[in-house]
Amino acid sequence: MTHAMTRAAARIPFRTAIDRVGLHNVSLIFALVCLVAIFGSLRSDVFFSNRNLLNIGMGVAILGVLAISQTAVIVSGGLDISVGAIVGLTTVATAMAIEASGAAGLGIAAGLGLGALAGLVNGLLITYGRVNAIIATLGTMAIFRGVAFILSDGQSVSIFDDTFRWIGVGRVLGLPVPIWVLLAVAIGFWVFLHRSVVGRNLYAIGGNPVVARLSGMNLNRYRVGMYVLSGCMAGVGGILLAARTGSGQPVSGSEGLELEAITAAFLGGCAMQGGKGTVVGALLAVTIIGVLNNGMILTAVPTFYQMLAKGTLLILAVLVAEYRLNRT
Amino acid sequence: MANVILQVDAVSKAFGVVRALSGVSLDVRRGEVLALVGENGAGKSTLMRLIEGVFPPDSGAIAMDGAPVAFAGPRDAHARGIRVIHQEPEVVPHMTVGENIYVGQLPRRAGVLLDGGRLAAQTARLLAEFGMGGELAPEQRCDRLGPAQRQMIEIMRAVHAGGRLIAFDEPTSSLTDAEARRLFRLIGRLRADGAAIVYISHRLPEIIDLADRIAVLRDGRLADFGPAAGATEAGITRKMVGRDLSEMFPPRAPVTERAVLDVEGLTTEAVSNISFRLHAGEVLGIGGLMGAGRSELAKGVFGFDRRLAGRVTLDGVDLPSGDTAAAILAGLGFAPEDRKQEALLLLQSILDNAVLCIPDRVSTRGLFRRRKGLAIVGEIARRLAIKAPSLDTPVSRLSGGNQQKVVLARWLARQPKVLILDEPTRGVDVGAKSEIYGLIRDLTRAGLGLIVISSEMPELIGLSDRILVMAGGRITGAFTAPDFDEEAILRAAMPPSPPRHKESE
Repeated sequence: MTHAMTRAAARIPFRTAIDRVGLHNVSLIFALVCLVAIFGSLRSDVFFSNRNLLNIGMGVAILGVLAISQTAVIVSGGLDISVGAIVGLTTVATAMAIEASGAAGLGIAAGLGLGALAGLVNGLLITYGRVNAIIATLGTMAIFRGVAFILSDGQSVSIFDDTFRWIGVGRVLGLPVPIWVLLAVAIGFWVFLHRSVVGRNLYAIGGNPVVARLSGMNLNRYRVGMYVLSGCMAGVGGILLAARTGSGQPVSGSEGLELEAITAAFLGGCAMQGGKGTVVGALLAVTIIGVLNNGMILTAVPTFYQMLAKGTLLILAVLVAEYRLNRT
Repeated sequence: MANVILQVDAVSKAFGVVRALSGVSLDVRRGEVLALVGENGAGKSTLMRLIEGVFPPDSGAIAMDGAPVAFAGPRDAHARGIRVIHQEPEVVPHMTVGENIYVGQLPRRAGVLLDGGRLAAQTARLLAEFGMGGELAPEQRCDRLGPAQRQMIEIMRAVHAGGRLIAFDEPTSSLTDAEARRLFRLIGRLRADGAAIVYISHRLPEIIDLADRIAVLRDGRLADFGPAAGATEAGITRKMVGRDLSEMFPPRAPVTERAVLDVEGLTTEAVSNISFRLHAGEVLGIGGLMGAGRSELAKGVFGFDRRLAGRVTLDGVDLPSGDTAAAILAGLGFAPEDRKQEALLLLQSILDNAVLCIPDRVSTRGLFRRRKGLAIVGEIARRLAIKAPSLDTPVSRLSGGNQQKVVLARWLARQPKVLILDEPTRGVDVGAKSEIYGLIRDLTRAGLGLIVISSEMPELIGLSDRILVMAGGRITGAFTAPDFDEEAILRAAMPPSPPRHKESE
């Protein structure tokens, strides 16, 4: 029987090539090529310029980090709506820590720590408090925003530390630092989700929690850990945002990030009920959203219509995901 | 044939690679009871769903009163007078008896308001007509009703709505003897009134008593179809299984004296005071009716359900309550009854599913090693003869028998000392079934202790060295091979009659 298996694999290399990339990712690449072709021909003067391409990259760096960790959360059967608010909160915390201490490292620690703490609150509420994940993180979203306002007194907190600002505006080998951060997060999560035992167990937990428990997994521990990780990644997003804008802001810059991150996760191949989703899919989806945002600005689509497009994209992504799931 | 209400002509139906029905033809006549028998997975429920319009056949035709029909859905079939009384009667707990019977056709006042008076009056009439007047009240809420009463509500719902063909799916599986006799009288009356009855059951004696004709399904084909007069249990069983039962079960292995699993006074939300001992090389069968607490016993032993009292010891190791990881570590394995809901990750591959309990054997420093996994699972897959294009095939594409083998592969990879199999051959074709029986024997010969939960009497008797029977969450009988008395086992499985009218608690 194993002989039959290896022979079958050798006979149809094209099929296996598609299988390896994933049919879903192939369609995402196709969609991306179409978008690039459309905007590239409409604004051929600027679209392909180095500056614009880097703009797109910078535009999706923060979103990419959030979309990848959101993918992991959804794979494990959860959802984290509070990530945008955690980003806002951590920009404020980072800025205030740097203002008070003058040390960039302390700012980073404050951002990551507060993000992890916020994630811990989410995780405990959802597992031990048994609050539905959507409701719990919807509630904490408002709470974290509120805390950010209270801490900052509603004011923007400026950051003058150049070492810290380098994270947002510096370059390494010609590429902006945030893009390097995104790549590092992507590689880290790829290994975590697709190659580590813990990551594979997350697919089992999201795919069928009863099976996971009957296979000896401690679901609560995995779930709490997942939300802490999600909060921590939102902290990374907050640090990137604070470093780029040179300030901590309770709302500006982080508003609506959760919508885009969740959109990207579903567009990237996640299933609402968990157990499905890939890092590569999330990255491709984020790139599509980045190109779409950038292209709409270049072609002067009014802001209101841009919101319309973003919402539609989320609904479409879920519709397609559900349709594909029901067919198999 | 003016008496034929429903004609099924050469229908076939497949789900993916699984052929559930192939070329089945039969007719159902006015004023008869047609019994439908067959093993689990033989195609009975698929045939019922076709008749009820849940899905259309892939090929073949269904005709009512001589004219071909194509039901768009169950509502369509209901409108034509086809009703199925399901094994688990569907009754809305927070509605009254009257509302449940007349749901969808509640009497109205002024077009929108519920006419409570008329509903009560017509419900009372119907209850009296069915001899249930002393037992059920129109205004009573349904959340405290027993299975027999819920079933009566469904039957009344079917009859008042003009049911001409009423199908019963295992109607006696959770009834007491007295309740079952009342049901038989009622079925006799419906037959006399000219209804066509389709009756599905595993209990051959009641079928031989009740039915006018018997249709036997085996592996999706009609194995036999003829009058019930003169039919014998042994004859029907042979047609169901396709061979003599004794050939299905390999000879027993010698049981050792060494106890591997010791359960003392196990009590959970669902079972009380369960005690037994399992020896190495032994198959302990657990029988009983649906809802008797057999699966719950397994989950309590495994630590999936929290224990309220009692101890479980595996080979000298105490298993803590509610800790499946500890149970697995100590050497316990559990293949649950509901493969799709509780055993398999349907979207994932054979490989992913099979390595779920052996993370330590297929990884180094936390990273999964595909090659190690392929080596371990590949060998077991060969041994179990799992039929699939590759180990990367999603388990959702496999047949029931191969899915079950994947679940078994997961536990074989773990090399447990004790394995609990809950309905290991449900939805599995006859070929895979006898392979699974062979495997169970091989495992006992290798010194494992096995607990096999089964609803099929031949399987229970053919496999077990000892049989425990459960009812109402307790052990109600114990039998040792070869003295298995089928009648006594069935008697032990009957639930104690619940006291009627326990309104005040």
